[in-house]
Amino acid sequence: MSAPQDEAPQDEAPQATTGGPAAAVATGTADGGGHGGGENDVKDDGGKGGGLAPPVWLAVVFLLPALLLLGFLVVYPIVYSVIRSFFDADGAFTGADNYVGIFQGEARLTAVRNTLVWIVVAPTVVTILGLVFAVLTERIRWATVFKLVVFMPMAISLLASGVIFRLVYEQDPDKGVANAAMVALHDTFAGGGASYPGAAPRQGQGVPVRSEGGAVVGAAPVEPGRTALLPLLRVRPEQLPEKPTPAAQPPAAGPRAITGTVWFDFTRGGGGAPNAVDATESGLPGVKVEAVRDGEVAGSATTGDDGTFRITGLSAGQYTLRIPADTFTAAYGGAEWLGGTLITPAIIGSYLWVWAGFAMVLIAAGLAAIPRDALEAARVDGATEWQVFRRVTIPLLAPVLTVVLLTLVINVMKVFDLVFVIGGGDPKASVLALEMWTESFGGGQNQGAGSAIAVLLFVLVLPAMYINIRRLRQERK
Amino acid sequence: MRISRRLAATAVAAGMLVSAAACGGDDGDGDGGAGGDGALKGVTVEVAAKWTGPEETNFRKVLAAFEKKTGAKVNYASTGENTDAYLGPRLSAGNPPDVAILPQPGLLQQYAAQNKLKPLDAAAVKEVDANFAPYWKELASADGKTYGVLAKAAYKSIFWYRTAALEDAGVQPPASWADLVKAAGTLQDSGTTPFALAAGPQDSWTLTDWFENVYLSQAGPENYDKLAKHELKWTDPTVAKALTTLAEIWGKGGFLNGGVSGATKTKFDASVTDVFGQEKAAMVYGGDFAAANIATTKAKVGTDAKVFAWPLTGDTKPALLGGDIAVALKDGKGAQELMKFLASPEAGTVWAGLGGYLSPNKNVKPDAYSDPVAKELAAQIQQAGDAARYDMSDLAPSAFGGTPGKGMWEALRAFVSNPTDVKGTQARLEKDAAAAYK
Repeated sequence: MSAPQDEAPQDEAPQATTGGPAAAVATGTADGGGHGGGENDVKDDGGKGGGLAPPVWLAVVFLLPALLLLGFLVVYPIVYSVIRSFFDADGAFTGADNYVGIFQGEARLTAVRNTLVWIVVAPTVVTILGLVFAVLTERIRWATVFKLVVFMPMAISLLASGVIFRLVYEQDPDKGVANAAMVALHDTFAGGGASYPGAAPRQGQGVPVRSEGGAVVGAAPVEPGRTALLPLLRVRPEQLPEKPTPAAQPPAAGPRAITGTVWFDFTRGGGGAPNAVDATESGLPGVKVEAVRDGEVAGSATTGDDGTFRITGLSAGQYTLRIPADTFTAAYGGAEWLGGTLITPAIIGSYLWVWAGFAMVLIAAGLAAIPRDALEAARVDGATEWQVFRRVTIPLLAPVLTVVLLTLVINVMKVFDLVFVIGGGDPKASVLALEMWTESFGGGQNQGAGSAIAVLLFVLVLPAMYINIRRLRQERK
Repeated sequence: MRISRRLAATAVAAGMLVSAAACGGDDGDGDGGAGGDGALKGVTVEVAAKWTGPEETNFRKVLAAFEKKTGAKVNYASTGENTDAYLGPRLSAGNPPDVAILPQPGLLQQYAAQNKLKPLDAAAVKEVDANFAPYWKELASADGKTYGVLAKAAYKSIFWYRTAALEDAGVQPPASWADLVKAAGTLQDSGTTPFALAAGPQDSWTLTDWFENVYLSQAGPENYDKLAKHELKWTDPTVAKALTTLAEIWGKGGFLNGGVSGATKTKFDASVTDVFGQEKAAMVYGGDFAAANIATTKAKVGTDAKVFAWPLTGDTKPALLGGDIAVALKDGKGAQELMKFLASPEAGTVWAGLGGYLSPNKNVKPDAYSDPVAKELAAQIQQAGDAARYDMSDLAPSAFGGTPGKGMWEALRAFVSNPTDVKGTQARLEKDAAAAYK
């Protein structure tokens, strides 16, 4: 049940969210237009009878189609969303309940918190990464190739990126590349791990072995000259040798030696006698068995192909046989990328992959426009490269960096596709834009609550828009 | 919704040739044979359903049988995945198809409340009474009027298992829940993980099906109906008992492929292929529609992959169904005749012979099914008789029963992560249900 749902949000949610910034642009330009009109009027008054400017009615006629379109497509939806947000699912007036509701309940609060994390972390990291890439590519050969590769993810739709990263973050190291890499790294430094992870003794009374703190120990003490049986269960087929050797009865133990068998005590197809070596059961090779007395290891041996072992050189006394815990510890499986704590950072990671190229290209363009002589002058004055970067490049780049950062902030507020696809509906990954869609169309069927979230997002976008517009105006002056 | 996709996924170049061929001739024969009922010559009936691919082909063959019988001409229209989005505008424009197949009972209730449905006439109601258990009639009724016929069912009270895994462990398909838990233990001892559980947030509907089966068997159909209508609170002791029962399997990390952390991220498709493709586990829950997923692996349905009935957790043999309901949207003899036909064992028998179909119609004999697994499932549905029930989560408001990350889906998913918290899960379910039902 993925494809149609995947498409639906694309149609609906981004539209609703983009309503915000687009509208803000519209009001901005409308303001500018109004202002300009005012100036024209003043000019008209000044140069009476000049008649160079068109009459007001003509200007209105020319503006009318644009105004109608903007009003119909932008202003009306915004106004209606605001009105709708004061009514509940069935259309009854509820005052500000929908707005209060955004901050009530665990799921909603998680969405609010995640949105804040996104706004703070994602644009900053993307901008820094873009800056680093842009500065580095200035100095390397093959810079175009590098830029092309970093920019490439921008050409992939966010939905497809989400599907890709779902696979990357797959829990099973055999499927997910993130965990495969972590397991490979871990095993390189910490050793390959256990030979029989998950294997365990039989549960219940009267069994010859039992589990003790991860290790498996014999239930009864053994003296030299005797034999012992150490049956194990839950051995996975892939842990057995390709051609398992049938388990053998323990060989006769000479003086000062203990012999025994470690084997997989499960007859294929069932029916074997428990705790007895049956003909078709396989021995477990390569298991280390220790003879322990008073907490000290007095001797040890490793089992052969048929599962038998012989511990020699033991003095008289009572020994407990032990298979150490590291034989059984489960293999390292990597991180739980899509679990409660890592899921939002993991999705932000995929966002970096997509947007780093965008930041890099814009910043690189800004970098190319910096006057070289400023940098040269600083170098001639004896500034180190770091100082040049910190004191000259960054200040000159500041306007570009602001644009990139603000664009990303606005973009991050409506992040939806990645969260929808990678999170798969997990409430721990939810953000406001996703919550808005779920509330209105994705099962909640409460367009009032959805509208309230949309209005909140719109309000959150406004400061970013305001800064952008003010900066544009300053530049024009 | 999901069912059709699953089947469609296996579609191999389904043609529309069949329908083209079927629409043409044969009118003469049909008229002659059917006598009075054959008076529909010249009447055109439009039917809308979401089916595509092989499902559409098969349905068209059923419609062809109707054409042959009555002499009417039937046009098929595909609604796409979202039936409401297709029918809504056509209903508003006053130009609906004569008959539509609705994927959820909720939609029937919604349209009935808006007075957009035409009730079945006496002859069609008689046909329904003769062939369906009262529960199915009631499901397709509103305000005492019968509007619909459950045309096609999905059967959800089964486990799929890998034959080789159970044989290796020397385990027989279990009949009771205690046997199932015991069999799972034996499988684990043999080195095979017993279950693949699809508890990923997008597919937690499988968890609701687990719960519904256990609850239906344990608490009985009457309590099931009350809980489905939220007349019984989720804090009821029967719910606690069902959750405790589920925890006997969900609560053992070693029983689940990938452990709890793996299971809570597994999608339904992956849970099926983990069992039959990667052979990482022995059993998986999935309705009859899981056959389509198994077909993507090397395993053969019927030999490598088999089903056993949901083990008893109480006195009732659970039989949980989902399915599509036919309704008439326009007056007219054609629409009513087609509804009557769809309610008849005749239509079900034709359909059953084509495959990919299950009928809740008690007069469609299991022998009519061409596919051995379907035959077995049909027999199970018939055995269940009046105790069969519709999927509870599909009867509930979608905010509670059909939304990833919300309501029943997420509450049960959280329970898989924390299977000792019966009380907390109940409180959460009740809180979400109270908000959704209103």
